[in-house]
Amino acid sequence: MAVVTEQQGVDLREPRGWRRTSNRIATVLMVVSFVVVLIPLGFVLFTVIAKGASVISWQFLTGSPIPPNVLPANIGGMWPAILGTLEITGLATVLAVPLGVLGAIYLNEYGGKNWLAALIGFMSDVMTGVPSIIMGLFIFSIWVLHFGFSGLAGAFALGCLMLPIVIRSTYEMLRLVPNSLREGSYALGATKSRVTLTVVLPAAIGGIVSGALLAVARAAGETAPLLFTILVVTEPNPNVFSGANTSLPSQIFVNASSPYVGAQDRGWGAALTLIAICFILMIVARLVTARFARYTH
Amino acid sequence: MSAVTEVGPAGTAGPTASPLTERRPLGDRGFQILALSCGLLVLVILVLIAVTTSQQASLWFTTEGWKIFTYNWNPAANQFGALAFIFGTAVTAVIALVLAVPVSIGIALLLTEVVPYRWSRPIVYVIDLLAVVPSVVWGLWGILVFAPWLNHIYADIGSAVNGIPVLGSLFGPPTSGASFFTAGIILAFMITPIVTSLSREVIATVPAIDKEGAYALGATRLEMIRGAVWPHSQGGVVGAILLGLGRAMGETIAAALVIGSSPVITSHLFSPGYNMPAVIANQFGEASGVFRSALMGIGVLLFVFTIIINVIARGIVERNARRKRGA
Repeated sequence: MAVVTEQQGVDLREPRGWRRTSNRIATVLMVVSFVVVLIPLGFVLFTVIAKGASVISWQFLTGSPIPPNVLPANIGGMWPAILGTLEITGLATVLAVPLGVLGAIYLNEYGGKNWLAALIGFMSDVMTGVPSIIMGLFIFSIWVLHFGFSGLAGAFALGCLMLPIVIRSTYEMLRLVPNSLREGSYALGATKSRVTLTVVLPAAIGGIVSGALLAVARAAGETAPLLFTILVVTEPNPNVFSGANTSLPSQIFVNASSPYVGAQDRGWGAALTLIAICFILMIVARLVTARFARYTH
Repeated sequence: MSAVTEVGPAGTAGPTASPLTERRPLGDRGFQILALSCGLLVLVILVLIAVTTSQQASLWFTTEGWKIFTYNWNPAANQFGALAFIFGTAVTAVIALVLAVPVSIGIALLLTEVVPYRWSRPIVYVIDLLAVVPSVVWGLWGILVFAPWLNHIYADIGSAVNGIPVLGSLFGPPTSGASFFTAGIILAFMITPIVTSLSREVIATVPAIDKEGAYALGATRLEMIRGAVWPHSQGGVVGAILLGLGRAMGETIAAALVIGSSPVITSHLFSPGYNMPAVIANQFGEASGVFRSALMGIGVLLFVFTIIINVIARGIVERNARRKRGA
């Protein structure tokens, strides 16, 4: 007892010396690492907006490209590329989103914990890490060699890229739907497909749509899968199912490799257009999440 | 009506009122099969990728044999050794990791341990924004703005370290704006979001009681991170880093624009190089015969490398998540 009363009270003051210094250094380093990321992001966005805004006009958005060596930036346009991006990304979305949502329904509603569902879930996560250029080579060997270049081939390649992303995001959303909803509808005598389609999917629809939009935003910016599937053309090709096509990312890639200032300027304009499309998709995804998501983490 | 009256009030169901043993309607079974086939599509696509690209690459594998792992790449002279590209892929991916990993873990710790919730949301948005910038825009900015700017810095560093034993051979001349190092920096920007978000998910699962225990013992925040957060999230963070490595190896367009397009093996990080995805992107268009087959084969090698890394990484992440759920 005597020992206890003689003991000093616990020292609650802030630690001093090296312990305090090292703690402060660590905190500062964490803040610095965020700033280090902010700088290039700000730099890229600033450059693209500054250089792109001076090029973009109605004529730029609706005209066709001109030969790269023609200097003035404000002639020529990106309409073929914009049209191609909308066509190909749209078709890829139509292909990949329903398949991905159904795949996720299998994983969460039917597969449960069996080995096949575990394997599919694991491999779909692995597939998100497959480089996008491999998807281009794959569609080139399986489709383009037999049927030629087309927007459809590009959509297949982008679809392969989107599929695992859609599966993952949809799966996460389905998992959040409370089981009591499913049990309630089973108790009313509904079949499993009916429960899934009329109760589970509507409950998760906000998250599914927002995940799909993020996948579309990712696909819209991809160049590598399109290089060997659609080529690059200078005339708008409204037929997505046949004939070579072009897209904004491919056009930027061509212009970035070009030594001509005029082509580079048009590249900045196209980059601003592309970033605007991607950001709009991302913002819409956030709004959808905020407005429609019923169950969140 | 008769069926209803047969069932007793206590639910002693006769055979007619036993929906649980009834055969399920055709549409219901059809839907299950449809969902299953969509799930299987993932496995089918992965197998098809392996099979079709290997078929296209078989010409390269058979004509060159083990020479595919040699150093000479000269399509005009029918020499197709891929070693320089494998080297370049390794070098740029390592540079990207060395730059991106400390920054990503720093941001992940900042988000989970330092800033309050209402501040962490905007920071996450900014990191997401970084992920939305398309690869080709990084490349455009890299080659037209960033590389010319780095060119001067590289030249200054190069002349400063010229002649010093190790530094001289790593950072000495010849220097160029489009180089291994520039590609590594751009790749670092591109993999930071994924490494950050995965590490953050892992670090967020550290039980609050562990952290509070460390604080109660009088630990500073750094000591708490070292003693409570790190042992718990080590495995998951390693998984996140490996996934970042897979991304860095496969990222194509940005690297193709800024790497300098020169198939050499050199210790000089500031000199132009090449890597696997970049050579496919730049040369596939004009290739045919063995040349095309060789590029396809480089794709197959890249596919195999990234699949192995991703399987290991996902395995680590999954095992970690399972252990956490069990605990």
